[in-house]
Amino acid sequence: MATPAPPPTDNAGRADGAPRSGPVVHLRGAVALLGRFPALAGVDLDVAPRRIVLLRGPNGAGKTTLLRALAGLVSFTAGEATVLGVDLRADRRAVRSRVGLLAHGAGLYDELTVADNVRFWTRAAHADAADAEAAMGRLGLDGRLRDVVVGRLSTGQRRRASFACLVARRPELWLLDEPHAGLDRDGRDVVDAIVREASAAGATVVLSSHELDRSIALSDEIVTLAGGAVVATGVDDVG
Amino acid sequence: MWADAWLVAVKDLRIEFRSRVALNQVLPFALLVLVLFAFALDPDRGLLEKATPGLYWVAVLFSALLALGRSFSVESADGVRDALRLSGLPPVALWLGKVLSVAIQLLVLEVVLGAGIIVLYGTSVTGWPLLLMTIVVATVAIATAGTLYGVVAAGLRVRETLLPLLVLPVLAPVLIGSTRAFEAALGGTPSEGWPWVGLMSVFAAVYVVAGALGFGPLMEET
Repeated sequence: MATPAPPPTDNAGRADGAPRSGPVVHLRGAVALLGRFPALAGVDLDVAPRRIVLLRGPNGAGKTTLLRALAGLVSFTAGEATVLGVDLRADRRAVRSRVGLLAHGAGLYDELTVADNVRFWTRAAHADAADAEAAMGRLGLDGRLRDVVVGRLSTGQRRRASFACLVARRPELWLLDEPHAGLDRDGRDVVDAIVREASAAGATVVLSSHELDRSIALSDEIVTLAGGAVVATGVDDVG
Repeated sequence: MWADAWLVAVKDLRIEFRSRVALNQVLPFALLVLVLFAFALDPDRGLLEKATPGLYWVAVLFSALLALGRSFSVESADGVRDALRLSGLPPVALWLGKVLSVAIQLLVLEVVLGAGIIVLYGTSVTGWPLLLMTIVVATVAIATAGTLYGVVAAGLRVRETLLPLLVLPVLAPVLIGSTRAFEAALGGTPSEGWPWVGLMSVFAAVYVVAGALGFGPLMEET
């Protein structure tokens, strides 16, 4: 099912401030296999710059696979797949440094402190070291927690640390898989505020969440997946 | 690229410093191997002296397996591997960083083991330049080849048991070359050891190129 793309606007921009025309994500009949199983079975999706798009659907609908495929971690084997102007079927690695994926796994080194982790991933992305400090501060990791070894953190604190790594990198496309999972109310509020700010600054956000009320309020557009395909889009079918 | 490689190396060394696995497990393991060999061969002191170069490098190789396994096990936890793929770090920098980290750990280990064979086995050195060059070249060879095969095993559940099966046969030429060179440096004729250093240099050069070219695709596929 095709998703109508909002028309590109003059103020649509990238995280680095440069204007971007055309959709950030463009999929037509995109297929991705996990082994022999078609986890994505012909996805049609367009995401315009600066939009916040919620992916929803039952377990196994393909939300996580779609986010990983958009990040260039899973191959599209058929159809058209373009992210940030990069043809993922030709070279999916080329897009990786421009997207940020908050995955189920924390992506943190348990033996290092929060500050060590956030600094490492920030420097690896050649981002500004000051952004690492700012991100930790924003996520409430700037006090005693910054020097705590990640292996000793609670689930929610690990989630905050993972999110701080993504925030500090300032990606152009944010891919958030269950960003509210494990967080307390304050943490969820902070995540929502940061996502809105990122979108306002020019980034595009695609997220999946089972916390529908909060996520729907956060999103500009809702895409419903089932059986590895888009079955509904828009904001009118929220319920 | 070098800055990225150094970033990865410092990160790995910091993890080792914080976890103290190398200090509390790998180093005692290597020293234990030397002590056990000393007990086993002590009745025949002459045999122990002859076997010292081989025992030293066997202890280094076994310890290197632990260090290599450790180097990749920290990357397999909780989504770190995906984060590395998304980080923007060039694969060659990642490989070089891990080689640097393993090599630095091995050099420290080799110095301690060197002191160990002097104290435990009463070994005397007649060719310091050859000895030092052997250590440097063999370390580079072990770290480069080991890191390349380490990434092959890293994505598999059986990595702990697969890594020795992959790495030990490949490193057999290094074991032979370093042992022969050490024999020449420890009481032998040093000039006879340099061809073995040359052989190991070729081995190391081959794996530097292979690692630089192959690490990225291997990391992608495993």
